[in-house]
Amino acid sequence: MGDRLLVTPSPHVKSTKTVQGIMLDVVIALCPAAIAGTVLFGFRSALIILVSVASAVASEALYQKAVKRQVSINDFSAVITGLLLALTLPPHVPLWIPAIGAAFAIVLVKQVFGGLGNNFLNPALAARAFLLAAWPLHMTQDWVNPMTYDAATSATPLAGFNATGQTAFTLKQMLLGQRPGSIGETCILALLLGGLYLIVRDIIDYRIPLGYLGTLAIGTWIFGKPGAFFQGDPLGAIFLGGAFIGAFFMATDYVTSPVTPRGRLYMGIGCGLITLVIRLWGGYPEGVTYAILFMNLVTPLIDKYVVPRYYGSGHDKMARKGGR
Amino acid sequence: MKENRASLGYDFIKGFIKENPTFALAVGMCPTLAVTTCLVNGFWMGVAVIFVLTFSNVLISLLRKLIPDEIRIPVFIIMIATPVVIVELVMKAYLPEMYSILGIFVPLIVVNCIVFHRAEAFAYRNPVLNSAMDALGSGMAFTLNLMLIGGIREFLGTGQIAIGNVVFPKAPLFEPAAVMLTPPGGFITLGVLMALLNIVIARVGKRKQA
Repeated sequence: MGDRLLVTPSPHVKSTKTVQGIMLDVVIALCPAAIAGTVLFGFRSALIILVSVASAVASEALYQKAVKRQVSINDFSAVITGLLLALTLPPHVPLWIPAIGAAFAIVLVKQVFGGLGNNFLNPALAARAFLLAAWPLHMTQDWVNPMTYDAATSATPLAGFNATGQTAFTLKQMLLGQRPGSIGETCILALLLGGLYLIVRDIIDYRIPLGYLGTLAIGTWIFGKPGAFFQGDPLGAIFLGGAFIGAFFMATDYVTSPVTPRGRLYMGIGCGLITLVIRLWGGYPEGVTYAILFMNLVTPLIDKYVVPRYYGSGHDKMARKGGR
Repeated sequence: MKENRASLGYDFIKGFIKENPTFALAVGMCPTLAVTTCLVNGFWMGVAVIFVLTFSNVLISLLRKLIPDEIRIPVFIIMIATPVVIVELVMKAYLPEMYSILGIFVPLIVVNCIVFHRAEAFAYRNPVLNSAMDALGSGMAFTLNLMLIGGIREFLGTGQIAIGNVVFPKAPLFEPAAVMLTPPGGFITLGVLMALLNIVIARVGKRKQA
């Protein structure tokens, strides 16, 4: 029996990864950021996260029941959408905002296009863009000071940083997340922990966050200081704002990012460039949402043109050039 | 082609579901997205289109045997432009406020795809009465569509629906979503309604097959 020749069609290399397993890993990776957000901005943040996740899961189940599709809430993808959306919201938004946002993300961005794997935009970010356009006051003013939990009256640190090229926050404050901001974006250490976990577990490709944060840091170093070149603060650029959570958790979404390694690098660089342009010369203080959404739209184009060389191909060209 | 009285009812009714100009054929998208920020705008835009469509359909159907095939498009444009100018002047005189809101979209009815579509696809090859019913059906369906989109956008975007001086409900019941009054809100509303009508069409088709 043992020496029988088996002839089977491809694929021959199989992976033990499942959709459920990958999604669960992402949920685990987001936990540090969620916990940090709750510690920094108070119990209300946990409530927002809870409402958002519950609304996402419930919308997925209800919609799939309504159109008589198989209910797939146990693959955790709706949980991630709800979690990611909540982490990008200001800590003082009314609770109906995450509820509506998560339902919008699941039903209008994901399910109507065919469910997981068929959406052309990152659902959480598309919902955030929708909320920002629908209730701009809540989405840009409901900030909270960390640890004291009182309402922050100043603009977000990023707006000042974009205008002057410098920030009053120390490196330690920025790493621990002790600044006003969205629930899950401030604590860089927690995000880094989750991101590295995903890279080590081979869930996400390091090229997207590297390309994104690298481009943003270098670009800010060159252009970030008004009136001078090569004097910007690269660390402030990637630590103050949503670039970290965006680069590790949103731009790396499988469905809406390129499949080839080189394409992923381009995706990261593209996100970094658009974020930089919006921050420094655009009308909004933060450009992470729109940058990633825009690169989501370009992803099919990248996949079409950035194709790896087939093994053994390209000899004709070399011969014509007079090479070996 | 003789007048076909049997299909008069069908010619009228088909504009609402099967050949719904906005949701099934996706023609006339410019005014559909541009002027539907409230219910009343949608209504008056629709009325203007009903008048132009009926006028031009009847005219084209009457002259369909005289219009040379090669130059029919320019001829259609002249026949459509006539009622458009009438509507424009009447609106300027009696509804100046509405005219200033609808603005360029009233003269633009000349190149409205619904009017062209009905002229080319129906009036040019069908008798007068049928063409008139076709125009009324399509026009009224278009008006209903605009009022529906406008009503939904106005309600979600401002929390209220205003018809003249009557506002309902008196105070908004929820915090209005400003996005619904902007172009993205128009696209979202249009997309959702289009999807719903397609579900209806698919269900009806299935029942007919069964």
